[in-house]
Formats: sequence, C-alpha cells, structure tokens
Amino acid sequence: MSANDVPPPYTAVTRHDLFPEVKHDEAARFNFLANLNRYLAGDLGAGNKLAYEKRVLPAFRAEHGREPADRHEVRAAMNQDTWHRFWSAMKRNSMEMRQQNGRAAVLRQLDELDARARALNAGANTLQLDPSVQVPRYQTAVDIHCMPGSYYGEEREGDVSAGANYDSGLFATTGGALGALNDGGGQAVAAWSKSARPGWKPTRILDIGCTIGHNAVPLAQAYPDAEVVAIDVAAPALRYGHARAQSLGVKNIIFRQADAEDLSEFADASFDWVQTTMFLHELSASSLPRIIQEASRVLKPGGLMLHIEQPEYTDAMPLFEQFMRDWDAYNNNEPFWSAMHGLDMADVMASAGLPRDSQFTVGVKAVVDETIFPPAPSGDQEDYGRAAIWNAYGAWKPEGAAA
Amino acid sequence: MTDAIDWISRSGAKPKGRRPDFLGNTNEERMLSMLMALVAEVSVVRERLDTVERLLEAKGTISRADIEGYAPDLETGKERNRIIREYLARIMRPLQHELEATANPEPTIDEVVDELTH
Repeated sequence: MSANDVPPPYTAVTRHDLFPEVKHDEAARFNFLANLNRYLAGDLGAGNKLAYEKRVLPAFRAEHGREPADRHEVRAAMNQDTWHRFWSAMKRNSMEMRQQNGRAAVLRQLDELDARARALNAGANTLQLDPSVQVPRYQTAVDIHCMPGSYYGEEREGDVSAGANYDSGLFATTGGALGALNDGGGQAVAAWSKSARPGWKPTRILDIGCTIGHNAVPLAQAYPDAEVVAIDVAAPALRYGHARAQSLGVKNIIFRQADAEDLSEFADASFDWVQTTMFLHELSASSLPRIIQEASRVLKPGGLMLHIEQPEYTDAMPLFEQFMRDWDAYNNNEPFWSAMHGLDMADVMASAGLPRDSQFTVGVKAVVDETIFPPAPSGDQEDYGRAAIWNAYGAWKPEGAAA
Repeated sequence: MTDAIDWISRSGAKPKGRRPDFLGNTNEERMLSMLMALVAEVSVVRERLDTVERLLEAKGTISRADIEGYAPDLETGKERNRIIREYLARIMRPLQHELEATANPEPTIDEVVDELTH
C-alpha cells in the first residue's frame, strides 16, 4: 500500500435522477467515512491478528491446553481483548455515522425525492406493489447493517427514504469499490455470464432480493431483449429501485413486491435464470432452503441459478479469518451472516433438485471503471465482509430435470 | 426542504437491535462515540476550508453556492482524501504505536536504564 492509495472522492459517484442531492459537508463526511473504513480495515486491522497471535491464542492455549475448536471460541476469546474491543467500537461507530449522514441527506429532501419517484413511477405497470406481503421475521428482528428501518421501513407512507439512504451510503462502506452506480456486483455477473455462455439469450430472469435493483439493472442492460423480474419484500426499496431504473432508461425490469419463500404466482420452469446478489446472508436457516427450493422450481431445465456471496467458511479457511469475516454478524446486525457462511451451499442446492454434477463455483470481483474506482483491497488490507470480492455458487439445471 | 418530518432528529434514529457492549464501561462507550463524531466533523471543516482555498485560488471570489456545488476532479479529490488519511494517521497514532509495540515487544525503560547504568 502506498500513501497515494486512497478512495476516489464521493462526488465521483453517478448522480442519477433519483440520487439524493448531497451537500458539500455531507459529501465530505462520506469522504471521511470511506477513509476511516479503509484505515480501520487496513492500517489498524492488522492489530487484531497481532492481538490474536501474541496474546489471545497463547492465553487460550494456557487456559484450555488445546487450540480453539471453532470461530465461536475465537470470538469469545477475542472479545476479552481490549484492542479488539476498541477497534470494534470504532468500526460500529463508523457504520452508525454513515447511517446518520445518509439519512440526514435523504430526509431533509424527502419531499423532492418522493415527488421525483412518483413522477417516474406514475402509470408504469412495471412497479407492482402488494401490501399483503408480510415482512418476514428475518427482516424485522433487527435493522440489517444498523440501517434504521432496514429496507422496508418508511418515514411516512409511500416514501423512498430507505432506498435512497441505502444508495447514498454504499460508497462510504465500500470505499467506492462497487463503482459509480454501486453496481459492480451486477456488472460482474453480467460479464461472467457473457463469457461463460457466449450467445446465450435468456428471455426471463428472476432477481430475488433485489432491494434498489442496482444489480438487476446491469443484467437488464446486458440482455435487453429479456424480461427481468426483480422481487423484494420491501416496498420503499422497490419504489426507489423502479424509479432509479427508469431514470437510467432501463425499462425491461418488473419490480414486484413478493416473498421468495412462496413463488406460487410463477409457474414451474418459467425462468431461464434465477439470480441473488449478496442476499442469502440476510435470510434465516428456515427461509434459505425454502427460497432455494422455490427458485429451483421456477427455473427451466437448462437454466442458470447463481448466487453471489462472500466466501464460504471451509475447513481450509483459518479460524481467525472466519472470526474476522463474522464481525458483521455480531456487531453490525447481520444475524444470519455467520450461519449462512457456514452452510454447505452445494448440499442446499442439491436438495433443491440441482445435483452436484450440475453445480459450479466461481470467484468474481466487482466490475467497475478502474480509472476512477480502485479495485477493492485484498489480502492483509481486506475489509472482511465488505470487500467486493465474492464467491458465486451456481448450477445449470439439468435438461430433463423435473421442475 | 421537508418540513413535515423532523429530519434532524430522525436522521439519527437508533437502529433496531441491542447494541453490543464493546468497552465494558458505559461512559467510555459514550465518550468514544462522541469523540469519533467530533473527529469526523473536524475533517469536514478541514475539507470545506480546502474547498474555499481552491475556489478562491481559481476565481478570486466565491459564493456559498460555489462551495455547495464544488466537485473536485479525480486527482484533486484523491489529494483531499490523502489529507484525510494523513489526518487519520495523526488521530490514530496511539493505536498505531500500540500495534507496533505488540509486533515487537520491548523492555521497559527501567530495564534499559538498569542495563546502561550497571
């Protein structure tokens, strides 16, 4: 790392028509937070490993006469260490400060944002809200990544505040690693698909847990003749996402409020591709297999199922790294994160009718304009859990498979 | 401006979910959180001053609208972020020293005094 290795300025993000207007000081605050996150992960993050190797692990061995058995024992021991506790307190604060700054920008101009969204959404049959959809317990138990109201909360009925706040602050949390439109994940999926299956023409794509559609839009652009159905339980995110897509000139996405545990409104074998992007870790142990089952049912034989997530915890991954990757689960309101990354996704997909020999995994990095947005730091500098470096768990549904 | 909502109060809404006990001391937790917010605000003021300096240098006179509308080019933006990184390095110095001391444990100064005295 050199002294010049700093994030781009906040003002480099693309201001689409729905993007909140950000004042000078709000942008400066996001700049500070992007740098703070990098400093905590990079310059000071190394202190956690030192604390573990020099103090915590030797003390654990002395007390127990053995090595820690799993990441949970590492966490219990590290949570006694003053360095790690102080570092965690700072990291938690950076998230809380990011939320306050994003919400301040959004809420002071909510009248204007709501009006713009209403104008862009008016009369469109591609925004399909369903008030009968219940927000599931895995969303309501705690506010995901300390975002007040999560994706579904409203400051007033019918607003877009949750979506606008989410969009406005992704830059700060990731240091710009998701690119100008925060769509580096979707861009990566589209680029992978084009190279993995050149000439493929999916006609119907289901994006589950789309939030503001930032990863659905690149798919819709990559396959302009396809119909993308982007579903989520959260109406404010869908209102914002639909208007955002409209403002970007992308019309081939239906934003629909639906709970993916029950996709009975869609026929068996009715999609060529079912996609999730950084979604599965926000579910629960009971909902995830049901969603994968439903996703498999609506997938056509020969179709693609693809899930983008952070790397799975395997026996080959050191316990300390597993513990660091677990930080958000326990300190940033991502309660299913730990268990999800401990799942064997191959088993889950096989149980849903996608046998192991139809499966694959592939590593993907965010696709961004690297002249402006630097690649996410990796190795010792990696911001575990935030880095735009993912594992994709996929399967091509066997031809002739039962739907 | 949105008048129907007290956006100042609502922007700082507490997220649902009990906050972890990081430091084991409520007052220390409070002080660290307030200190970090203050650290951020000094950085914001510093960046605003940088904006004023750059605009004055370029135009000789400026308005508040100029400041609000200021968007640095990429290189200038990164230069300003380097200033933040340098600023953070000064604020975080005690932690960085502790990190280095953990990596390379040293004798106490009393031990060094003893060694060089006898």
